[in-house]
Order: sequence, then structure tokens, then C-alpha cells
Amino acid sequence: MIAIIDYKAGNLTSVRLAFEHLGMEAEITDLPDKISAAERVVFPGVGSAGAAMENIKRLKLDKVISDVVSSGKPFLGICLGTQIIFDLSEEDGGTACLGLVPGTVKLFRPEKQSDKVPQMGWNAVNFLRPHPMLEGIESGSEFYFVHSYYPAPSREEDIIGKTDYAGVTFASIVGKNNLVATQFHPEKSGKIGLRLLENFSHWNP
Amino acid sequence: MLTKRIIPCLDIRNRRVTKGVKFQGNVDVGDPISMASAYSEGGCDELVFYDITASAERRPIDIEMVREIARAIHIPFAVGGGISSLHDMERVLLAGAEKISVNSLAVKNPEIIRAGSKAFGAQCIVLGMDPVRVEKGKCKSGYEITIRGFRERTGMDAMEWAKRAVDLGAGEIVVNSVDADGTQNGYEIELTRLISTSVQVPTVASGGAGCPEHLVKVFTEGSADAAIIAGIIHSGKYTIGEIKDVLAKANIPVRKRW
Repeated sequence: MIAIIDYKAGNLTSVRLAFEHLGMEAEITDLPDKISAAERVVFPGVGSAGAAMENIKRLKLDKVISDVVSSGKPFLGICLGTQIIFDLSEEDGGTACLGLVPGTVKLFRPEKQSDKVPQMGWNAVNFLRPHPMLEGIESGSEFYFVHSYYPAPSREEDIIGKTDYAGVTFASIVGKNNLVATQFHPEKSGKIGLRLLENFSHWNP
Repeated sequence: MLTKRIIPCLDIRNRRVTKGVKFQGNVDVGDPISMASAYSEGGCDELVFYDITASAERRPIDIEMVREIARAIHIPFAVGGGISSLHDMERVLLAGAEKISVNSLAVKNPEIIRAGSKAFGAQCIVLGMDPVRVEKGKCKSGYEITIRGFRERTGMDAMEWAKRAVDLGAGEIVVNSVDADGTQNGYEIELTRLISTSVQVPTVASGGAGCPEHLVKVFTEGSADAAIIAGIIHSGKYTIGEIKDVLAKANIPVRKRW
């Protein structure tokens, strides 16, 4: 079973529907026991880092998330879920996050008015190295993004894919051992996004 | 590079897709679920569904249809029409929609934008607006907001309303020109540019697309971030792939693999 962590950060229906479409059993849950018992864990979310961290602490999910990551189980972060695995986010006046991957999360500060914030739409992801999660997907494929902040990992080796926007080249796929995290939404990225989720459901790190 | 989005619009009446000119003379063009699947397979970047009779019939939006769409396609889609409360917004989002579009409701009750944005995030609150060209003396920007499917004028200036809606928390603005809607004579370039260059959120051009060159123009001269199309593809005159080929040749970034 795939557990989709529900920490009251946005709409998780499309994540569940994408796995259902692939014939995978996935359950949206906020129960630490269910999350620990799952074979694979997805950590999605939209919204702000400050509110997300408050909910995670209130629901006592911080420990189970870090336990799952150190257990070696396949773990997939998506969008806000990806941002709060880092040490610190600039959002909400500076938010201390989970610290599972070293680095910070920064706000887009475009010089051109035409670079809108949030970045909303399909942008190319260039792969830095092969990874089982990317099997069957061409480097440079476009995925669907919606975000105002972007991940800035401290270590280059934790970056799997990069994307250009608003004058920066940022880490759009991050990976460390059994953890992979995307700034884009694979569940809304059509067939290519579904392929990534399918790869996740077979991945044995 | 962020690509320009092409967004087919499906106007729904009694669970069928219809197409009219200036909200009049609607003709049946097909089943919403199979059309959504076909457009998604054909390379559209997003979809928008308007339940155009929900408000007039004073009934809530067709949630079962939203669920069916969400099961059929795995790209973002927005839903509008028949949304009158935060509760309605929540139901549409939980059914699997990415965004909610508010139009007349937001004019009557601007606070719904703030409340929706706070509850669900700015990225899912889209302000739809239907401006009509007027003399500059009447409205500063030269465009006045209409509501209820162009039937009622409000005296509100389009540019001021766009800025206010963004301050309230709208994450995107769809600018649907009353003058261009359904004409297939091209988008309202001046209006689109006016709104897109005065707000920091993505701006979507709507109304008037008749050929791929109209999209080229609205993405370059009109500064649009995305463009809504309807009749141009519902009629079978062009495919999304053909439209994207023309855009790519004009050096406009578009999504190439799907």
C-alpha cells in the first residue's frame, strides 16, 4: 500500500487518482501507524511552509516522516512536501523545516515583470544523471509547476534534475538514497508524470 | 523555459459541451468527458469547464461530472459556474479540480477571493472577468466589467478590478473580452496586455481565437501567459498540435512532449 500523507496542506485527490489510474492501492492518511506500515510513502502538499510545519507538529507527523526516510522505504516528496524536507524556508518570515536534506528554500525574485510569481505551468526538467525514477522519460521533458519558492540544496550531489525560471536554475528533482522529491506535480503532468509515479511504485532503492 | 499554456474551454449545458457567440445561440458540440480526454491526449496544457447554466438555474455545480473529469485526465483543470460559497469551492477541489474560477460572484462579494485564497491557496483561485470596451471617460482603462454572461454592466474599471482581485488573493486572471468572444477575429490584444503587464500573477487571454496566428499575437504583443481556445478546435478546424507547431515556429515556447 502507498500512503499519501495528509497534513491538511491542500488537495490530495489528484495524487490518489493518479495512483488509482495506475492500478496501485493508495490511501490518504494522517495516522502515523498507517504511514509507518505502508510500503511506500508520498509526501505531497500545496500551501505555505509555516502552516504546513505547524500542522505536521500538531499531528505529530515529523517523527514518522523522518523514521520512514531513515528506514530505507521509497519516499516521494511533491511540491510543498519537497520544500519542507530541507532545513529552512524563506517563507512566512523564515520557517525551520524537517532537515532531511541539507539546504534552503528561496523565493523567486524576478527582475522582469513578465516572469510572473508563482511560476505556473509546464517547464522543462533537465536530468543531471540517470535514476530509476526517471526510466523511460527523456531529459528536457516538461512537467507542471505551481510555486513561488524553489529548493536550493547545499550539496550538488543531491540534485537529480534542474529547471530554469525567473533568472535562476533551480533543483526541480532532488534525490538522496531512498528519497526523491520533485518541485513539480507528477500527478498533473499527463502521461510523463504518470510514468514517474509508476516508476516510483516499482522502485526498490 | 516556462512554456505558454494552451487551454481549451468547454462550456457545459446539461452535461453537454456547447458553443455560442457572445453567450447566444449555443450549439451542441459533444460529450465533456470524451472531449477532455481527446484534448488532453492531443497535447493541451490545461482545461477549463464552465457550467454555464448552473447560476441561471440556481443549482450547484455538477460535482459528479467534475469527479469523472478528474478520473479521465491527469493534467490541471479549472471549473467555474455555480460556485457560490467556500463550501462549493471545497467540493470542487476535493472532486479533483486544480482551480476554481469565480466571476460574477467575486464582483458581488469580493471577500470570497480572500476567503478562498486563505483556505485553499492563491494558486487555485482564478478570477474570471468579462470586460467590454467603453469610452475612456467612462472607465479609466477604457474597459468596463460586465457580469452574468455580459448581461449586466457594473461601472467597474477592468484594470482596477484586476489589481484589487490580486491584492485579495487571486492567483490567476482570465481576461475574456466581450467584444472578441466567439468572433474568431483574434484576441483583444490591448486589453490583455493592459491587464497582464499591471499584475504579478499569470494572465490568461480569452475570446476571439480563430487561427494559430491569433495566439502568436496574444503571446507576443498581448503579453499573455496562457490562452483559452474554444471554437477553433471544437470545430475541428485545427488540432492543438497544429497550433503548437505555428507557435514553435514563431519562437514561442510550447510543451512539445505529451
